[in-house]
Amino acid sequence: MFSAALQRTLDIEHLLNPLLQSATVELLSISPPGWGGNLLRGLANSIQIAVGAFGLGLAIGISGAWGKLYGGPVVRDLLEVYTTIVRAVPELVLILLLYYAGTDLINRALEQFGYPAIDISGLAAGIGVLGVVQGAYATEVIRGAILSIPQGQVEAARAYGMSPGKMLRRITLPAMLPFAIPGLANLWLIATKDTALLAVVGFNELTQETRQAAATTKYYFTFYVAAGVLYLMLTLFSNVIIGRIERWARRGMPPVAEAGR
Amino acid sequence: MSALAPADQPLAARSAWLQPHRIVLIAIAAALVLCAALFMRWEWLPNYLGMAAAGVWRTLWILVVTVVLGFMLAVPLGLAQAAGPFWLAWPAKAFCTIIRGTPLLLQLWLLYYGLGSLFPQYPWIRQSELWPILRQAWPYAVLSLTLSYAAYEGEVMRGAFAGVPRGQLEAARAFGMSPWKRFRRIWLPQAIHRALPTLAGETVLQLKATPLVATITVIDIYAVASRIRQDTFIVYEPLLLLALVYLIITGILVFAFRKLEARIPARLG
Repeated sequence: MFSAALQRTLDIEHLLNPLLQSATVELLSISPPGWGGNLLRGLANSIQIAVGAFGLGLAIGISGAWGKLYGGPVVRDLLEVYTTIVRAVPELVLILLLYYAGTDLINRALEQFGYPAIDISGLAAGIGVLGVVQGAYATEVIRGAILSIPQGQVEAARAYGMSPGKMLRRITLPAMLPFAIPGLANLWLIATKDTALLAVVGFNELTQETRQAAATTKYYFTFYVAAGVLYLMLTLFSNVIIGRIERWARRGMPPVAEAGR
Repeated sequence: MSALAPADQPLAARSAWLQPHRIVLIAIAAALVLCAALFMRWEWLPNYLGMAAAGVWRTLWILVVTVVLGFMLAVPLGLAQAAGPFWLAWPAKAFCTIIRGTPLLLQLWLLYYGLGSLFPQYPWIRQSELWPILRQAWPYAVLSLTLSYAAYEGEVMRGAFAGVPRGQLEAARAFGMSPWKRFRRIWLPQAIHRALPTLAGETVLQLKATPLVATITVIDIYAVASRIRQDTFIVYEPLLLLALVYLIITGILVFAFRKLEARIPARLG
């Protein structure tokens, strides 16, 4: 009985040995022999891109939703084409397409006007590309949120003679916020995870740094798990913040009814 | 996705859809496509047609297999979270949180490079019958895409299971149905019905995730396009064609799901 149990622990130890690669702590330490510093720098880059892309996406989303709801027929159709194409084509393909085409077009335009070609930084390109992708989803989220504002509030604003700009600032945006936040929160989480795709075009964000560290040291498992933990911490931390923002945005509103049951 | 062909609308609605400005826009789009066809370089296309077809086939195959397997995994995951005891609900929730909280690309590389570097260290794995399969890339691609789909869809199924009205289950119980029959006849069909609209969206998202497998050397349509770009040094044309292929597949998926939804009566209990 006991020997069988002992045998089993030995078996388990034998099984776990390759998993518990001995030098984990040294590999992940912040100072140069370890790669922890590189990973953290990659995480900082990822967060920077995610924040930039989310902000750009929000700006595109607000103007896109405004155009879809109140714009002319041509604007509406063009926005429909934009959101449909971006939501139907894989991000990876869009990133490649916009990354090459975008930098190429900007340089050609500069050349046309007699300026020297510029080297567009990976950061700016990444933010631009992911921002365009986020913008398409944000357009739909914000459009839906604006549509769920009680019509009376918009009519009241009109009746008070507010200009469209003032109405947007004072009524539409604050009133749509509680409806938009769940969708926007989801978009933020997607933005943090989509930064990983920039590894494919060679930008030094967390996944790319992890790949380099893993390929150099051959400790693939350790580094990918470490990066996964970092991403997960970012997500969980975001969830806490999102919960607070949601409570703040819903203040004064009746609590959500329990679904179904 | 409403811009995709509204084929199931009556004629009056269709003529309202085809307004004058739309005709102009369609003409401009057609002119752009024509320009692209005439002035861009497509002479490489015949040489790679066979490869591209194989790539599309592999993309579709991965999509179908991972969606089916993922959904089969999502049902117990959702059920465990909606109605399971804590020792089932908690691991299911942890699994969904971990998969949904980390990028798919990282999961894919963790499985392929991480497990791929661990497996050879166990002699019994190397000597097993499965080793020739485990040495290839596609099992890891299928596994990670399946787990990802299961986690996202599991979350949806949790809501769907929880959303089935209690009265339905109580009625089934009053009829003396066994728990298994209750699940099979009442709970699961209604939950799937509730999850169906999101199922279409999740499947499109899954299609959009498939090109990631190209990074671990599975030759799907995306990898074929990359290969063409490397071979011919042509940048835009393969990418544009690739985008078109994905657009078409997405259109077919959305259309098929719409048909499927229309077949099932829309009244919810």
